[in-house]
Amino acid sequence: MTARLTPATRMGLSIAAAVGVYGVSFGALSTGSGLSVLQTCALSLLMFTGGSQFAFIGVIGGGGTGAAAWAAATLLGVRNGVYALSLKTLIEPPGRLVPLMAQLTIDESTATATAQTERDERVRGFWTAGIGIYILWNASTLVGALAGDAIGDPRRWGLDGAAVAAFLGLLWPRLQGRDPVALAIVSALVTVMVLPMVPPGIPVLVAAGATALWWTWQQRRAVRP
Amino acid sequence: MSLWFWVLVAAAAAYAIKLSGYLLPRKLLDRPVVVRLATGLTVGLLASLTVLNTVGKGQSIVLDSRLLALGAAAIALWLKAPYLVVVLVGAIAAGLGRLAGLP
Repeated sequence: MTARLTPATRMGLSIAAAVGVYGVSFGALSTGSGLSVLQTCALSLLMFTGGSQFAFIGVIGGGGTGAAAWAAATLLGVRNGVYALSLKTLIEPPGRLVPLMAQLTIDESTATATAQTERDERVRGFWTAGIGIYILWNASTLVGALAGDAIGDPRRWGLDGAAVAAFLGLLWPRLQGRDPVALAIVSALVTVMVLPMVPPGIPVLVAAGATALWWTWQQRRAVRP
Repeated sequence: MSLWFWVLVAAAAAYAIKLSGYLLPRKLLDRPVVVRLATGLTVGLLASLTVLNTVGKGQSIVLDSRLLALGAAAIALWLKAPYLVVVLVGAIAAGLGRLAGLP
């Protein structure tokens, strides 16, 4: 192999190696939530955005409807649209690559690309992280799904505790500064308040909607004199 | 509607959002409200899902070993443990709680 490792490809590969294996926890939790192995693998292959996948199975596992799971997963995927918008500006990809790039546009590939300073490096970083994670994420999802299927009842082995930790782990890196923490607290309180009043799956949507509106309104007010 | 239907519709929606970012005018990024809304939604959803998975059971609030998992995971994250370790710590904490006879 003559291709040299550049800083971007090296970063992409290490992120892929670190992140790809999370698929094991997704796979195990997904089958524990009542999805089949095939449905679990379909989510990783087709949806391919970890947060939304966890949201989908989280709502289903909590007794929510498929429609509520769809809504939670879709709202959580909105940030990918913003990533795509900024990648388009940074990389200016040729049109024929856009359909493929779109599928690989996630937290980690965006982070790897934006961490570089030159365009070529950004391109290399994006593809290395994106393709690397896609392969590892799907392989490890299958492993986790088969393992979770064998375990059976999710409460055994503390798999419901693993779900709690999985969501906290996704939230944690975004809690930098006072504002996101306030945002998380508001959302948590709204969730607990509406939980007994509405069908399963809906509290997440109410909490997220209320939080996002409150946050946007707060920020807007702060900007104006 | 079957679960398969929603799996496929959700996957299609996720892809449509990703793709739309490449097709929409880039000027949209200059509008801070777009970025803010995405940030607010992300943090709000993840916080809600964390709480729901910790104390939710159907339409009621149940306090059980999952609280131990939340605490243990927070400590692991604070110690900068890798994600997979955090998830394992959560499972072990809940498992130990049940072993000790807690609900």
